[in-house]
Amino acid sequence: MAAVRQTVEHVESLERYKHGFVTDIDQEFAPKGLNADIVRFISAKKNEPEWMLAWRLDAFERWLAMEEPDWAKVSFPRIDYQDSYYYAGHKTKAGPKSLDEIDPQILETYKKLGIPLREQEVLAGVEGAPRYAVDAVFDSVSVVTTFKKELAAVGVIFCSMSEAIREHPELVRRYLGSVVPVSDNYFACLNAAVFSDGSFVYVPPGVRCPMELSTYFRINAENSGQFERTLIIADKGAYVSYLEGCTAPMRDENQLHAAVVELVTLDDAEIKYSTVQNWYPGDPETGKGGIYNFVTKRADCRGDRSKVSWTQVETGSAITWKYPSCILRGDDSSGEFYSIAITNGRQQADTGTKMIHLGQRTRSRIISKGISAGKSSNTYRGLVSAHPKAKGARNFTQCDSLLIGKSCAAHTVPYIEARNGQVVFEHEATTTRLSEDQLFYVMQRGLSQEEAVQLLVNGFVKDVLQELPMEFAVEAQKLVAISLEGSVG
Amino acid sequence: MLSVKDLHAAVDGKEIIKGLTLDVPAGEVHAIMGPNGAGKSTLSYVLTGRDGYEVTAGSATLDGEDLLALAPDERAARGVFLSFQYPLEIPGVPALTFLRTALNAQKKARGEDEVAAPAFLKLAREKAAALKIDFEMLKRPLNVGFSGGEKKRMEILQMAVLSPRFLILDETDSGLDIDALKIVADGVNALRAPTRAMLVITHYQRLLDYIKPDRVHVLAGGRIVASGGPELAHELERDGYDKYARAA
Repeated sequence: MAAVRQTVEHVESLERYKHGFVTDIDQEFAPKGLNADIVRFISAKKNEPEWMLAWRLDAFERWLAMEEPDWAKVSFPRIDYQDSYYYAGHKTKAGPKSLDEIDPQILETYKKLGIPLREQEVLAGVEGAPRYAVDAVFDSVSVVTTFKKELAAVGVIFCSMSEAIREHPELVRRYLGSVVPVSDNYFACLNAAVFSDGSFVYVPPGVRCPMELSTYFRINAENSGQFERTLIIADKGAYVSYLEGCTAPMRDENQLHAAVVELVTLDDAEIKYSTVQNWYPGDPETGKGGIYNFVTKRADCRGDRSKVSWTQVETGSAITWKYPSCILRGDDSSGEFYSIAITNGRQQADTGTKMIHLGQRTRSRIISKGISAGKSSNTYRGLVSAHPKAKGARNFTQCDSLLIGKSCAAHTVPYIEARNGQVVFEHEATTTRLSEDQLFYVMQRGLSQEEAVQLLVNGFVKDVLQELPMEFAVEAQKLVAISLEGSVG
Repeated sequence: MLSVKDLHAAVDGKEIIKGLTLDVPAGEVHAIMGPNGAGKSTLSYVLTGRDGYEVTAGSATLDGEDLLALAPDERAARGVFLSFQYPLEIPGVPALTFLRTALNAQKKARGEDEVAAPAFLKLAREKAAALKIDFEMLKRPLNVGFSGGEKKRMEILQMAVLSPRFLILDETDSGLDIDALKIVADGVNALRAPTRAMLVITHYQRLLDYIKPDRVHVLAGGRIVASGGPELAHELERDGYDKYARAA
């Protein structure tokens, strides 16, 4: 343990992964391994109603019959699903009523991470600064959700998934699994059986959510997986902007993060969903440790003229394997996907999006910027499809890859299907290497090598960064810089 | 100002500069002329510290300080500026952002205060106007989609904003029509000062009609093989480089 801590401190001092610390708190775990009893254990821990347990057990049965997929351009040793903990809760009184009842160690953790959990801390900020409400998920459990009262005043429900299951069963039963069906894929199915917590948002008709909502996921426990489930519903004419952030301690073993995110927009509604993913990427030299980020994210633009926009900045994880997607069901609905995926060291990423055009005159736009450095591998994989009824569908895809150094790889795998003759799909793709010429040119003007790389990379990802909410764009820009430290020379 | 002594430099193990000696005192403009392949561009890269240009012997100092021991950005901070023969495109980075980042990086390295946005904009506006550069163009990514002439003018603008002490112009006239050449030359001449020195590298005499050198050197076979006043440039224009190429 001392050695682990020493390593953690050492690497922290390098500032490469500054969220790698471990919080020492009293935790309780489900017994190691996975079986129907573990599923019952989790459900019981959360005081879930019978229907929820039945849903989980059904998912577990289906999962047992499924095979782990292997089509992605990533490689990793077989995961032993019995060698992990599926529930890690912290020992606090059931349902803390105020921050004072929460383990101070946990509060300290979020403070260290710069996440404001006290509403007055947010308010004490700069005059006129945008505010955002936070749902903080620590391992398997939601710690606290801020600004709930203020949001409730306009009818917005923002709470942990566990609470939503207890307090708003009618909404949960109507929408849960309606975008990502239980047996959609291996990891989503596993999630359905064992998901621990996550965030729930409902924005009623015509309401524009008065502040940014965000969830901050933190994996702390050893040998545990994180399986959160997020469900966001924007009712007719509603609007909400939501951001998730993630970090984890540095550990030598791999940890699985298999989340599911479901978004539903009804007529004229809009959801803007941003992700800044910075899970521990593993050791850059040996590739040891790091998070497997196998996540299913999907939006159902159910209503006419509804809109969903995914923006992701993916810098962490040993392996990233995910495709935030939009089902453009409503007529004139539109989907957007803006992505920056950075791999360095031994990281692997296979990420992209799916835009499924079902309704008429549906539009989608994809801007993907992949950056590979070190000995990493970075794949963009995307599907754009138009079904027979999707007359007048349009897509524009731009897919750029930047290579830094000589030992990394970039791949682009676009799938395009048009099943009617009245669609316009455009696809542009470029792959460039960060050139010695450019680097020298910038350095000759007075920038150090690291600063020169940052400037060039920031230029490369600019189209996507400007899609992020302002206060996070700055954060993301710093993150991009940190992720690429030491990538040249 | 600049003092180069018996400099030898190699690229990929092949010696290109073979014992070059050159002194450029403050306040003077020196031209380096020579046939293709003489090592003109190599000299500019060696002086600015480009990777892959290996100095095997000799020295180069700026006001007594060893240039060769410094990284490219450190040389830039000490006032060494190279106007590139082929300026690079920097996608996604507006020219203004690039300029301000460079200026502040240099100021920081010198321990000076960074320049605030309003003061910087004023400076950029002034210098752009003098070079007849549309200010709107500075909001576009640097050099992306710019014409050859625009790129060269952008180099001179950077020079004017960064205000270096030792300027190297590498084939600045190439690709310029006569009007653009005049604008660029005026820009360069405006920077002549008793505290500055310039090294103008060119293949043709044409540029030297506009930027009048104090001294002209002929570079051939990696060495200075002849030096003289401005009249040497005219002689080269008339007789070509043959006799020097043979001498080398």
